[in-house]
Amino acid sequence: MIPRLAENLSPRAAIALAVVLIALLVAPLFANDYLLTVLILIFYFAYTGQAWNIMMGFAGQLSLGHAIYIGLGAYATAVLFSFFGISPWLGSFAAILLAVLCGAMIGFLAFRFRVAGVYFAILTIAFAEFARIGFDHLSYVGGSAGFFLPVANYTQSDLWTLRGKPIMFYYLSLGMTVAAVVLCHIMVRSRLGYFWQAIREDEEAARAVGINTFRYKLIAVVISAAMTSLAGVFFAFYYNNLFPEEVFSINRSIELILAPIFGGLGTLFGPILGAFMLTGLAETLTTTLAALGVDVPGAKQVFYGVCLLLVITVLPDGVWPWLYRRLGLAGRSE
Amino acid sequence: MSTLLSIDGISKRFRGLLAVDRLSFQVNQGDMFAVIGPNGAGKTTLFNMIAGVYSPDGGAIIFSGERINGLSPDQICRRGIGRTFQIVRPFPALSVEDNVIVAALLHRHLVADARAHAVEVLRQLDLYDKRAQRASGLTLPDRKRLELARALATDPKLLLLDEVMAGLRPTETDRMVAILKELNRNRGLTILLIEHVMRAVMALAGRVLVMHHGAAIAEGTPDEVVRDRAVIESYLGAETV
Repeated sequence: MIPRLAENLSPRAAIALAVVLIALLVAPLFANDYLLTVLILIFYFAYTGQAWNIMMGFAGQLSLGHAIYIGLGAYATAVLFSFFGISPWLGSFAAILLAVLCGAMIGFLAFRFRVAGVYFAILTIAFAEFARIGFDHLSYVGGSAGFFLPVANYTQSDLWTLRGKPIMFYYLSLGMTVAAVVLCHIMVRSRLGYFWQAIREDEEAARAVGINTFRYKLIAVVISAAMTSLAGVFFAFYYNNLFPEEVFSINRSIELILAPIFGGLGTLFGPILGAFMLTGLAETLTTTLAALGVDVPGAKQVFYGVCLLLVITVLPDGVWPWLYRRLGLAGRSE
Repeated sequence: MSTLLSIDGISKRFRGLLAVDRLSFQVNQGDMFAVIGPNGAGKTTLFNMIAGVYSPDGGAIIFSGERINGLSPDQICRRGIGRTFQIVRPFPALSVEDNVIVAALLHRHLVADARAHAVEVLRQLDLYDKRAQRASGLTLPDRKRLELARALATDPKLLLLDEVMAGLRPTETDRMVAILKELNRNRGLTILLIEHVMRAVMALAGRVLVMHHGAAIAEGTPDEVVRDRAVIESYLGAETV
């Protein structure tokens, strides 16, 4: 059900949350490298899902072009690091700045000229496609031949330059996800969060109670873009190679919206649960198929499709709101 | 008494149709002012011009001494005009309380302050017991009162009510009349209402403006207006009197 303003967690739920968090903190002691990479992928989707959810789940603005912010963040920090030796931590400021400018431009154009709903979604796709084609021809960063970060040997991890072993990326992605949840939790309970949800529910009624909807929609885009660009930074330093056809591809934009839709739009824990379930199940499926010696191209995509179909027909509000009710996680004030 | 809202010769044309034709009237501080008239008389267009949905083609709308025509709906609300919608528009997935908190946040920055104010408004409108319900689950009379609660929570100086009685049964209408009377008499809130339900208009309004074909055909107290020949012919029909 819906997007409540915030999930009120009972003590029982708070304990469950703490247990999960502790388990994740000590997981690298027990997990092998493969499991670690799966968990990193899960956190990547949980984080980007959280960022996208600000726009769609909270403010009701459908973006299908978030790849543009991933790509801008990735390229900005990769270039600054490779060409100028600037740490990705500092480069992140440039990444955020670029994403904010880009998001503000798209948002300004769309909201100023009242482009809404599916037309807004198409506009976001168009901008991501412009970026993809643009970067394909940008020889400074290698064009369509790609851009490669210097790969260090993995004997030790350097957090400052983000060169190192999966375990560093594991904690980094876990930290980003926790930070995103905390940030969203604060925002959604604030004045900003109330205004976003009013706009999502009925923009004209929101305007009638004095909300400057243009401004608050723009704020949602800008915050979402800034957060997503940091996922791009992570992407660049984790994978070490960037191809416009891949980073800016519509697949990037689509894959990051699956977890929040599956888990529950407009909820805090929906994107996380969605990421765990979808990525976890898909990885299990592919390893099982591989172990069985069956080679089915696109099995993962078909699997995602079936999962989404199921959720949309059976639990249209996502899995988390249903689970939340079933497990009695709601606080007393519910 | 000082003038709160002054409508000064405003017009609005939709292609060939002149919906409002050089209309003028004034609403004083503390008034309970009703605008009535047959369907298509231009009442809703007038309402929408005051609320900032449409910009008038000519004339001026002066509120608290400032010209407000051409401002957007949110700017007008921030200046102190709260409105309801004829077809209620709650934020459906939010709770009743959250609906009102959103409005209360207009002039308050902390959610806790807004919640306190929202609770006060909800008590006043008999919605306190339903505060945790989702707005989409409310009955029509409750939704109408929620609509009013939301407008009130923005701390308006002038309340614009667009057929707030429409669809209500007589007992519910009486309840709404009592609420509006209380707001007007005890809190001094100025109210401009567009209304079809004559029972409510007679019980509530201090002054009535009758519109027909975009222009005012009569203005006065309810008793004066219902005896007006032009009004009877164009709107009320002989049997009403």
